[in-house]
Amino acid sequence: MKELIKFNLNGKPVEITTDSDRLLLWVIRTDLGLTGTKYGCGESLCGACTVIVDNEAVRSCQTTLKDVENRSVITIEGLAVDGQPNILQKAFMDHDALQCGYCTPGMLMNAWAMLKKNPHPTREQIIEEMDDNLCRCGAHKRIIEAVETVSKEMGG
Amino acid sequence: MKDHNYLDIDFRDISANHLDRRDFIRLAGGGIFIFMIIGHFPSLLAQREGRFNPHSLPTDFNAFLRIGENGRVSLFTGKIEMGQGVITSLAQMLADELDVTFNSVDMVMGDTNLCPWDMGTFGSMSTRFFGPPLREAAAEGRQVLIELASEYLKSPADQLMTKDGIVYKRLNKKQYVTYGQLAKGKAIGRHATGKVPLKTPDQFKIMGKSFLRHDSFVKVTGEAKYAGDIRLPGMLYAAILRPPAHDAKRTSLDLSDAKKFDGVQVIDDGDLVAVLHPLPDVAEKALSKVKVTYDIPDSNLNDKTIFDYLLKVAPEGETVAVTGNQQRGEKDSVKIIEKTYLDGYKAHAPIEPHTATAHVEGDKITVWPSSQTPFPAKEQVAEALGFKLENVHIISPFVGGGFGGKSRNLQVIEAARLSKLAGKPVQVAWTRAEEFFHDSFRPAAVVKIKSGIDKTGKLSFWDYHVYFAGSRGATEFYSIPNSITVSHSTGRGEKSPHPFAVGAWRAPGNNTNTFARESQIEIMASEAGIDPYEFRMMNLTDQKMKRVLKAAADKFGWKPAKGPSGRGFGIACGIDAGTSVATIAEVEVNKQTGEIRVKRVVAAQDMGLAVNPEGATIQMEGCITMGLGYALEEDIRFKGEKILDLNFDTYDIPRFSWVPKIETVILDAKNDPPQGGGEPAIVTMGGAIANAVFDAVGARVLQMPITAERVREAMKQG
Repeated sequence: MKELIKFNLNGKPVEITTDSDRLLLWVIRTDLGLTGTKYGCGESLCGACTVIVDNEAVRSCQTTLKDVENRSVITIEGLAVDGQPNILQKAFMDHDALQCGYCTPGMLMNAWAMLKKNPHPTREQIIEEMDDNLCRCGAHKRIIEAVETVSKEMGG
Repeated sequence: MKDHNYLDIDFRDISANHLDRRDFIRLAGGGIFIFMIIGHFPSLLAQREGRFNPHSLPTDFNAFLRIGENGRVSLFTGKIEMGQGVITSLAQMLADELDVTFNSVDMVMGDTNLCPWDMGTFGSMSTRFFGPPLREAAAEGRQVLIELASEYLKSPADQLMTKDGIVYKRLNKKQYVTYGQLAKGKAIGRHATGKVPLKTPDQFKIMGKSFLRHDSFVKVTGEAKYAGDIRLPGMLYAAILRPPAHDAKRTSLDLSDAKKFDGVQVIDDGDLVAVLHPLPDVAEKALSKVKVTYDIPDSNLNDKTIFDYLLKVAPEGETVAVTGNQQRGEKDSVKIIEKTYLDGYKAHAPIEPHTATAHVEGDKITVWPSSQTPFPAKEQVAEALGFKLENVHIISPFVGGGFGGKSRNLQVIEAARLSKLAGKPVQVAWTRAEEFFHDSFRPAAVVKIKSGIDKTGKLSFWDYHVYFAGSRGATEFYSIPNSITVSHSTGRGEKSPHPFAVGAWRAPGNNTNTFARESQIEIMASEAGIDPYEFRMMNLTDQKMKRVLKAAADKFGWKPAKGPSGRGFGIACGIDAGTSVATIAEVEVNKQTGEIRVKRVVAAQDMGLAVNPEGATIQMEGCITMGLGYALEEDIRFKGEKILDLNFDTYDIPRFSWVPKIETVILDAKNDPPQGGGEPAIVTMGGAIANAVFDAVGARVLQMPITAERVREAMKQG
């Protein structure tokens, strides 16, 4: 059923008329043209499609448009501050915490949601929170180090 | 310019595949062009004449660089960036020889209209084989700029010096001219002659220094474009009908329900049935309404029976190395050990599935693929569509992981065919299930080794047969007087015994071969009652390998003990792509469950000049991490030609919680030419972990992956 769905995307209001049971991943990537959020597995197993909905990291491949009605969605495109990489993005760059870069948006969104809730996670907490985000290139070590750095630098 | 050293640019040179010259000039702009001649690089020539057979492609150069009027330097290369970091290391090589800043280099990669022909990005060859001519061309470019500056500054060339894109008078640095000024209004080209001297390692300012990735900003902001991120007006997304098994025969097909979807376009082109829609999820939904039945032939072949089958159908072997006399070796032996090693199929499983966006316009086509082989893709597309080669344009976006698996271009051909049939741009993005189903897996393989030691504990003979893994990494590098290595087929091509496609997987063959060889070596060491480090050292004369092994042992803090010592330490050595590597793993094994926890991995390698030590270190870390997967868990389950693992729920790849403490050492060898970096450190992971497990609990697991179940089984056997 087509219906008008309103939500907030990266700080801006969005209105879209489409089937509300469509998956957020495809709406973001296709209808809204933000391609930073990636498809990896379609079954919530890899985390490449992770976005933040009302401060929670969610898998957009398992989230319907209806699920985000009147809520706030942040994608990788909404992470930078005034066009500059945020503290976590900067840490990924400084640590070379990426290779092919395809899992990177999901890694960043998952880690950012964690840091917003718990600004100073321990290494063990980082590993636990990130464990369902898959990377095939093997950037894990540097991703952990990047998040640890931010954990030390974050206020609050 | 009237100087006979300069050629007026003949754009047919650059675009031998008949690219419109004006297009090229427009795209490339003016400036100074330097071509890299491959004629005096036999390795490049061999590649060109090898596996692929280009038709009307440039024959006299392999790449070129351009110095633009804005002072920026463009490197045009057929290589692609898939995470391995050549986008950074090639830029470093160019910047250093040309004397420009690293940040003034723009990389133009894998565009078949702009870049000269290239076989593909695999085999750790970009730096090894592409690097030397690239440096020559850059050195030549610097020479050209000095000559132009000599005229401009009215000063003899030997009175000039270059730095950061500027030519100065050596004695009066207030008189200078920038590279951009020299390139202004010029359209001149020159072939690298190979006569301009290259910088020596003590002159390097950029090579050999660590640089952060060239592409990290776009990758952390979501701006980086992959094949699936291409958006074209009117583009349709394809959902393709797949059989349940590779040998399934379709017995009925009813597309009527799929056609009922608003806006859908259904394509039935015999072996290619697809549903197209402006929204990918709707295309997928419509595809699920297709009614189709299949006959699937029965088969006894599965991931357990495959090994006996492979041995049964194995052809006569090809001897790849031989020394001494096996019978004499056996006679000299006080102990002989004979073992059979097994390794199952592995998926590449890049996080980006195969994707291609294709746009047919009349008799021309443009494709943006996730592919390690854009130039072969061009030929494949031309052939599939019956288009002229010069009418096919492949543009390579970032590739989201390849590992050898993105070289077949099946999805490229699918997208091209569908775009032609639909008359619109079409994107084919495989689902994860399609990615597993259509993977060209690392092949299942068997290795049989018989070896002996003499009464001094030295290896007396070595009899090595590898079935279907291939010979890469098969030849032992120990000092064994009587040694033979025989390879029984790579299993690729028409005579493949495998139930589905197999292909190159990060260091093809070498992971299997190194696992077998290094396991056997430690079995011999244990039988001889000698510490496995000492055993290797006394059986090695390869000085490079000895240095690497010593470096790893020093870093690890190795203390001699004969195995199994209960400590859980395992060593493996390997050679891949010209690089020698030694890895030491520390594991903890749960004696009840057999579960393995890899606690620490130390790897040392000699790779010649490490152009970007930071990048090389990252590749080693990536190899170690990815290698945990094939060593511990990864194994494709199948029945006949049906693949049973179709997503990450049953095919588990390494996770954060698996990652051990990783320490890497790159030996200083900057005077030696650069060798491979993207693959070597993965080959030792299976062997190092197998040996560490043995050292921990005395369980010798002869089959990868080394699962908890296999460890329990091996513990029972003692």
